[in-house]
Amino acid sequence: MSFKVRQPAETLLSIRDLRVWYELRRFGFGHAGYVKAVDGVSFDLDEGETVAVVGESGCGKSSLMKTILALNVPTSGGLVFEGKNLADLKGNDLRDYRFGIGYVQQDPYGALPPFMTVRQILEEPLIISGVKDKIERLERIHKTMSEVKLHPVDDFLQKFPHMLSGGQQQRVVIARAMILDPKMIVADEPVSMLDASVRVEILKLLRALQEKHRLSVIYITHDLSTVKYFSARIFVMYAGSLVEKAETRRLLDNPLHPYTSALLAATSDPDARNADTFKEVPPGEPPSLVNPPKGCRFHPRCAKAITGLCDEKEPIDFEPEPGHFAACWLYQPE
Amino acid sequence: MNTTAQLLQIENLVLHFRTEKGSVQAVDDVNFELDFNRAVVILGESGCGKTSLSKALLRLLPRNVDRYSGKVFLQGMDVMSLEDEEFRQNIRWVEMSLVPQAAMNALNPVLKVGDQVAEPVMIHLGLSKTESLGLVYKMFQHVGVPADFVHRYPFELSGGMRQRVALAMALVTSPSLIVLDEPTSALDLLTQANIMNVLKRIKHELGTSFILITHDIATSSELADEVAIMYAGQIVETGDASDFFPAPLHPYSQMLMASVPRLRSDSDPIFITGQPPSLMNPPAGCRFAARCPYRFEKCAEEPPVFQKGKRKVKCWLHQ
Repeated sequence: MSFKVRQPAETLLSIRDLRVWYELRRFGFGHAGYVKAVDGVSFDLDEGETVAVVGESGCGKSSLMKTILALNVPTSGGLVFEGKNLADLKGNDLRDYRFGIGYVQQDPYGALPPFMTVRQILEEPLIISGVKDKIERLERIHKTMSEVKLHPVDDFLQKFPHMLSGGQQQRVVIARAMILDPKMIVADEPVSMLDASVRVEILKLLRALQEKHRLSVIYITHDLSTVKYFSARIFVMYAGSLVEKAETRRLLDNPLHPYTSALLAATSDPDARNADTFKEVPPGEPPSLVNPPKGCRFHPRCAKAITGLCDEKEPIDFEPEPGHFAACWLYQPE
Repeated sequence: MNTTAQLLQIENLVLHFRTEKGSVQAVDDVNFELDFNRAVVILGESGCGKTSLSKALLRLLPRNVDRYSGKVFLQGMDVMSLEDEEFRQNIRWVEMSLVPQAAMNALNPVLKVGDQVAEPVMIHLGLSKTESLGLVYKMFQHVGVPADFVHRYPFELSGGMRQRVALAMALVTSPSLIVLDEPTSALDLLTQANIMNVLKRIKHELGTSFILITHDIATSSELADEVAIMYAGQIVETGDASDFFPAPLHPYSQMLMASVPRLRSDSDPIFITGQPPSLMNPPAGCRFAARCPYRFEKCAEEPPVFQKGKRKVKCWLHQ
């Protein structure tokens, strides 16, 4: 069995036991509990590695992403990027940290200011990051726009977002994320608002950029069928924690956690035979993050739940195969 | 009413909108048929006229209609010849109803969901409120909403539950046809699978027919008996799902199918270069010609619909 031993120098982002809790207030003051959006997430991301975070809405994907982008302050836990601890960064250091991470939003139309031209949208980050020379700025805009295949560049520079198609808007969003030469891109459902025919085009573009610049990419999605074209590893998130982590092929071929299996079973491929059968779906809905169930958070919906164990003790990460982690008591070693 | 006729026959349906810049040909000469207890999926990219087609069927038209013509036969009756008031009283929500796009956000926030679902029964069937609520309980059972939710407000329900309530509202008057506009697009994966299960069960239990309008090809295959592919306001291919999914005929359908990322196959998805034409001034001849890899001289003329067994395709390649 061969698997890569990770060198510490290669790790770009390291997250340890990260918690993001939002406080609930009663009548505007008085404590009324916490929304535990991210509750004990740990992982490492190598330079040039792509991972997908898969989960349903409300599972804490966005809170995790916003914390990585330094838009949220974590309640506890550590986040180390390029050897620097996020908690220690202030002022210009924090600004530089943000320059190192690009953000591709879900809804391109909502993410682009309607009153700015493509040129203004792409020039602003350069001005803020201190590129004083106007000609250099324009050169970098040209370079990035041809990388995202907005040809011919000069035709697009003076256009406003509403004059572009959905696919072109998303290319502008990607160009904006790329313009400061980031080390890492966080892509939040980058294709879910686009038409099927454009989706693949944008995914292939992101993939090409990732390979060319050796970017690390965190691809956040709920669509498992697009993941394998893009990511080396998959993290499955449920109710604030990562329940399964594995290489893409391994996770798709041999899902361990019952929640992952349920997600895979619910994903359809176009096939006329689908109409003859019912899909198996776990009963109920994801739990409230204010008062999550005791023990494993999936146990009330899980067909394989072990009474007395799953509803009592929170499972830790077990590693039944090398590099394949599942937070599920079924994989507890004897 | 003639009961031997098909449930629905649409002939040369046209819906154009008037705008400042000119006429938008959103639905242009659409023909198709649908039988009892069948489901047809209308697939197409955004802006191809899918939603306008549903509006044209239910006659829920905005003010800027430029042209609205054609024939729609519902169980043999020409509903296009009816007056608006007659259509409202006897067709809409009685014979056919609609689950609009993002229906779960279309519920009235200040009314209990049970009262909202009971409203069409009271108006169209003339039942009392108590009798109507009886029907509501029955419908909630069919779509899988717990009976005590009748007294809840929409904000107390999850997205999936609200979608089921919207579905119950369309079903409660027992129409023979329901038009579903993107019923699962705003929902999570597991909720999507749940809603598709509910639709399948209703089709088996109540014998309802469905027109499912969506751009999600994979999910649509869960319900489809028949498939209609729409491109730039026109239907370019129709056929049974069992014939269509393995081997689509029209080049656009083939490319659309090849663009779907699949979980259980390693085929590399492709993308369709270019963009659909503007519906303001669509090109003469085949509307897909500019993006089509197989185009030839003939494509400058508009192709007629060629019949191939039970399938129909609007493409010169299948002459």
